[in-house]
Amino acid sequence: MTQMVEPSGPMPHRFSWARLGIYLVLGIAAFFFLIPLWVTLMTSFKTMAEIRFGNILAWPGHFTVAPWGKAWSSACTGLACTGIKIGFWNSVRILVPSVIISIFVGAITGYVIAFYKVPGARVGFSILLIGAFIPYQVFLYPLVRIFSSLGLYGTLPCIIIVHVMFGLPLMSLLFRNFYSALPIELFNAARVDGAGFVTIFRHVILPMSTPIIIVATILQVTGIWNDFILGLTFAGRDNWPMTVQLNNIVSSTTGEAAYNVNMAATILTAAVPLCVYLISGRWFVRGIAAGAVKG
Amino acid sequence: MSDSILQQPQQGVERPGSRWRARLRTQWPAAIALLPAALILLVVYIGTMVWTLRLSFTSSKMLPVMDFVGWNQYFRLFNTERFIISIDNIWVFGVLFIPGALVCGFMLAVFIDQRVRAEGLLRTIFLYPYALSFIVTGLVWQWFLNPTLGLQKVIHDLGFPHFQFDWIVQPTRVVYTLVIAGIWQASGLVMAILLAGLRGIDAELWKATKIDAIPAWRVYFSIILPMLSPMIATASVLLAVSVAKLYDLVVAMTNGGPGLSSEVPAKFVMDNFFERSNVGLGSAAASVLLVSVIVILSPWIYSQYFRRQGGRK
Repeated sequence: MTQMVEPSGPMPHRFSWARLGIYLVLGIAAFFFLIPLWVTLMTSFKTMAEIRFGNILAWPGHFTVAPWGKAWSSACTGLACTGIKIGFWNSVRILVPSVIISIFVGAITGYVIAFYKVPGARVGFSILLIGAFIPYQVFLYPLVRIFSSLGLYGTLPCIIIVHVMFGLPLMSLLFRNFYSALPIELFNAARVDGAGFVTIFRHVILPMSTPIIIVATILQVTGIWNDFILGLTFAGRDNWPMTVQLNNIVSSTTGEAAYNVNMAATILTAAVPLCVYLISGRWFVRGIAAGAVKG
Repeated sequence: MSDSILQQPQQGVERPGSRWRARLRTQWPAAIALLPAALILLVVYIGTMVWTLRLSFTSSKMLPVMDFVGWNQYFRLFNTERFIISIDNIWVFGVLFIPGALVCGFMLAVFIDQRVRAEGLLRTIFLYPYALSFIVTGLVWQWFLNPTLGLQKVIHDLGFPHFQFDWIVQPTRVVYTLVIAGIWQASGLVMAILLAGLRGIDAELWKATKIDAIPAWRVYFSIILPMLSPMIATASVLLAVSVAKLYDLVVAMTNGGPGLSSEVPAKFVMDNFFERSNVGLGSAAASVLLVSVIVILSPWIYSQYFRRQGGRK
């Protein structure tokens, strides 16, 4: 037990019961946070026989990767047995354009609100931010009617547009805050030199935006990948994203549920945002901080 | 028409006119660039909201009709068992989840702030659930709490055959399993927000309290906690809004079951819109959601506004 407290390291502390208590609490907390992930991982590498009779926490006695293959390419969603790979590619097809367009629209909107005086823009922006807090259910049904009347409902463009629309409050807030912190002299100097709206944005503002574009990308990639309700409602059966497919695979199994396949599919679905999270590290936290101070 | 211009002296005519035109020239592209955002705001946020409110006063079943039936759908709503259960559940969930996540997040932030080793690793562990989809969280916890093969079986095998933890299939307990999964997912967020606050506290404060020999817990309760109140307010609002939005987690973890025992309002709306062909009733429920969120938000928006007014120069 004292090993945790007194190894050779950069910051040696004398042993004390208080510090032992701190590490004990943190250790138990870490255990609580990791155990569902552990259980999920272990289950995905076991055979069904072992799952039925074994311990959910135990290391697989008979290590197998078959559930992963099945989850990827042949698990049944109730309609067809084509695995979760279709959902994966659907999510990618939804994700890429949605992220690019929503960041672009957010950047332009943030740029205008930060530097230009357009009548009504401030009030509109405040209402938009409040809109970000309102549950989607308030907007969904009329939106479905609008998209149906345009003949777009249940198509790939439809879900992309929806993601752009619901991403707008957070995206424009991020960029507005970032641009407001830039020195206004920069903008004025460019204007004195005769640069117009587009030139200033392209040659002055955009080259300075890399940090905030990274933050926005992280937020949108995880947010759109993890979305369920919008994909379910607007994407249409052929474009259902991975989260919807996953839920269908797990909930619509007939007969005995293949827990190992289900858990492999779950991890596959979680893999993209988890990778983004682990790679981006402090950027992710920065994004949360930026998103958390909404309003 | 041009009287005013003619009456003004020659020099004066030129300058205001050209300045006005110059301003127009710089503003037009900006106004045009704002069009997509304005359109989204007016159509998607305000337009659909008004439309939903309007639908809640109609007798719409599968397709929307534009009649007017007064408050009928609302009377019906509050006489629908499923909705009453949903409201009860969301109360229980909110009352346990918000303080639960706040307390867990605060404790984690305080403990991590004690200059511990492997701080980065611990932070990564506490925050990773927040990067997951609610669907993933729901399915993982559903499996972990599975009464025949999950946690309960592990404890039985350890030699406690009478241990009972089958809440996920108990109608009176299932909502608590949602709370557990919710806290698991959200306390990392609270930790991240509060840790940023703790790091912003002046080291001099700690020296001063040390000189006065105030015990650490007392400092946290009486000094640090009040100092963190803006961050706590922000975290509370985020958590409260996520309570009103609670949908994916329930769909994945229990799908409202067993029976109707874990139904929630957001799911009630979706079911009535898209499965039960009750657009009027669903709109009424959505309007109730809207009003509750606005009630939750308004004191916060109010205080934010005033803080900004007071804080600036």
